[in-house]
Amino acid sequence: MATSLTRFEDALVDHDCDVTRTSVAEFDGALADAVREPAVGVALDDQDLSLPAAVETDPTPAQLQAAASGVTPVAFAVADHGTVAIPSTATAVEPVSLYPDRHVAVVREEQLVPDTDAAFDELGPTLARERDSVIMATGPSATGDMGALVQGVHGPSEVHVVVVESEVTQS
Amino acid sequence: MSRSDDRQAKAAHIRHLLSTESETIHENTGHMNSERYRAIEGFDYDALRDEARAIKEDAIARLPELIEQVKASVEENGGTVYVADDAADANRYVEDVMADRDAETLVKSKSMTTEELDLNDHLGEAGYDVFETDLGEFVIQVAEEAPSHIVGPGLHKSSEEIADLFNAHFDPDEDLATAQDLTRFARDYLGERIREADVGMTGANFVVAESGTIALVTNEGNARKCAVTPDTHVAVAGVEKILPTVADLQPFSQIIAKAATGQDVPQYFSLLTPPVDSPTLDFDEPDVPITEQSGGGAEGDGDGDSGGSDARDFHLVLVDNGRFAMREDDELRETLYCIRCGACANSCSNFQHVGGHAFGGETYTGGIATGWEAGVHGLDSAGEFNDLCTGCTRCVDACPVNIDIPWINTVVRDRLNRDEAPSEFDFLVEGLTPDEEPGGLDPQKRLFGNVDTLAKLGSATAPVSNWIARTRPARLLVERVAGVDPRRDLPAFRRDTLRKWAADRDTATPTDAGREVVLYPDLYTNYVQVERGKAAVRVLEALGCAVRVPDIPASGRAPLSQGMVSTARERAEAVSEALTPHLDAGRDVVVVEPSDAALFRREYERLLSDEEFDRIAGNSYEILEYVYGLLENGADADALAAGEGQSVSYHSHCQQRTMDLAVYTEAVLSDREFDVRTSDQECCGMAGSFGYKSQYYELSVSVGAELADQFADAERVVASGTSCMEQLDDLLGPTRHPVELLDPAAE
Repeated sequence: MATSLTRFEDALVDHDCDVTRTSVAEFDGALADAVREPAVGVALDDQDLSLPAAVETDPTPAQLQAAASGVTPVAFAVADHGTVAIPSTATAVEPVSLYPDRHVAVVREEQLVPDTDAAFDELGPTLARERDSVIMATGPSATGDMGALVQGVHGPSEVHVVVVESEVTQS
Repeated sequence: MSRSDDRQAKAAHIRHLLSTESETIHENTGHMNSERYRAIEGFDYDALRDEARAIKEDAIARLPELIEQVKASVEENGGTVYVADDAADANRYVEDVMADRDAETLVKSKSMTTEELDLNDHLGEAGYDVFETDLGEFVIQVAEEAPSHIVGPGLHKSSEEIADLFNAHFDPDEDLATAQDLTRFARDYLGERIREADVGMTGANFVVAESGTIALVTNEGNARKCAVTPDTHVAVAGVEKILPTVADLQPFSQIIAKAATGQDVPQYFSLLTPPVDSPTLDFDEPDVPITEQSGGGAEGDGDGDSGGSDARDFHLVLVDNGRFAMREDDELRETLYCIRCGACANSCSNFQHVGGHAFGGETYTGGIATGWEAGVHGLDSAGEFNDLCTGCTRCVDACPVNIDIPWINTVVRDRLNRDEAPSEFDFLVEGLTPDEEPGGLDPQKRLFGNVDTLAKLGSATAPVSNWIARTRPARLLVERVAGVDPRRDLPAFRRDTLRKWAADRDTATPTDAGREVVLYPDLYTNYVQVERGKAAVRVLEALGCAVRVPDIPASGRAPLSQGMVSTARERAEAVSEALTPHLDAGRDVVVVEPSDAALFRREYERLLSDEEFDRIAGNSYEILEYVYGLLENGADADALAAGEGQSVSYHSHCQQRTMDLAVYTEAVLSDREFDVRTSDQECCGMAGSFGYKSQYYELSVSVGAELADQFADAERVVASGTSCMEQLDDLLGPTRHPVELLDPAAE
């Protein structure tokens, strides 16, 4: 049986996302390949991973508007559907994931849950107790309203997920 | 306007749509319909929809208490809830919010509820600028048209038409042509509107009572932007959108996109518990970092409790506008379970051909629209299009919350019938028709609702009655009085009915018969399609059954389809009484006409006591279903005619497919070495009386032509339903019932 990680990667591809599997050691290079400049971002709050200086982590509206990429952490991710859970935070994860044409989401393998059942185990307390907000985002924004299917409407036209494999499974 | 003029006006409107919007609507709804089938294949749709249905039933039952809970939750979070009695009340509240916030512009994501309220017009008249940001809604706003579909408001427009519209309206530097161009243009234009806007408005697909969370199901990302960019967010939703808990969202998150567009999941399932923690975006201060802007939430509450940025203002407007009355109405209540996915429209053959500009009322479109329009705008709005539901039941399989949409249409039709003013022709039909209906009933409905009486009279006097019926004066009279289209061949009633044939045969009942069977002499098999009845009797006998064809009255299908519920109930009771001695004797009831088989197993539940219904439903079978069962139980298949590889094109009846009965016909024919190909069309378009009615004749033929195209190269066509046979007879030439292929006496 496929692991959650390979299922996640397959589902991302099915939903027209790019995906890079990497390690803590190789994260900087993988991220640099995924990001197009100018880029804005939200700091990752991860002791092993950080964003390069080229990614503006405290952007102004003008920078947000001009950015080609927005790099964010996620709350968790759902393997079955290739979904990333985007939290509404004071650090602006939601607008940074939404305004630039390319959303680069950084996902730790440990953040994967297998399916919708498990996603709702996460969402229950988040929404009901913490009263937080989460966008379950799957693939680039899309519309068929102008005739043929077009990707990239009000939201990003490209989604690139950088998955950092857990060290335990690597060894 | 007289009824005859009404019918002509309706026919002209439908003719116009068939030549303009039909092609694009058909392409788009047909695509979503086939995508839905693909998405639910191999997925336990039925289990999920049972779960979704149960949650909705519970939520509507507890609605007053849940509204109080939503109020408490939203207020705890720092927002405001307003419960609006009606459209005027809701619009006034939103206008007050605009004034309080000193706002000038409002950007909206898609919301059918605000269409119901005519909110845009109201705010426009009050001097505010309102921009629709969903691309479909934007197209409709620019074109100044009404939505043609609940999910895709502009899906009646092709890329070319939208390009012409935008090029004329916006006069861009370079003409727009492709879907890509148009999307890019709309994104840029609306992006600017969103960045400038003072207030953002969304609808809500669901509202969670325990947390004050609103769920939005979208693909474009505009709802996210409208909710997060301005500092004020107003969400407008009908009161029926409330669910008790976050966990209750789960089945809906799985089912709604599959039902709507055939996507496994939407691009964005947004779960917002406003006021949200994200900083607001003030593009008027382009160089101040967003976490430091006045609306910023960085130093807001980091404590993670009932949070939200202090600068954000959130209003949830819950709209009654007739919904509490629907909740008290035993027949309309189900409408409130609707999650507005549009599957009933996509699965509807008539809708696929005319779209919501005919099949819709003031706001809502498709099969469920009858319930919504009757509930929120009144019977008159529902009456504009209610007749376009033929009761084919294909939407019943599609609906993600198991709403009996055809029944809602029947009940509303019944109420409309009772509201009718007496007509100039009442004297002609009232004395002749033994129904239970009031005097004002439309003669067209009365004629088709009493077709059993006509059949009896016609048969008794055949063939003279058929000759008279076909004469020019007679056709003119039925056209003028009852709107029977002169282009349609009338059915020829047979003097030698099936019952007479069966009574005159001297086949003794075999004493060693495996089963005793009552072949129900349905109206059409008895008086018109007599040969399929004879074939059915011979097939059953060849498989060892003792068959009788007793005198059992008409089923009530005809009056039910005209919304004559009391008459249908009276007929159902008479059928039940006539079948009782046979059921007491342990006989199985076999039905040739699938619309009657479906009636016995489905709609009789609404017309009879539980005990009577269970008895009839539990012991009645569609003919090929029964043959399949006999063969499975060891009957000798070689007693039936064989196909020897002959190709057969089969159109199963719509109601038969909804009851999952078509597979038996396919299996038996394949077993007897016929090479069977089945059509994938939802309905033939004839649907009982529908295709005879002058105002709908052209639509009926348009739907039928699609089926005929599928069968253009067919060597032999068979169909289960009388209507399907009549439609295919008219379009392709003689059509038979599948049981006739198996008849051992066939040549």
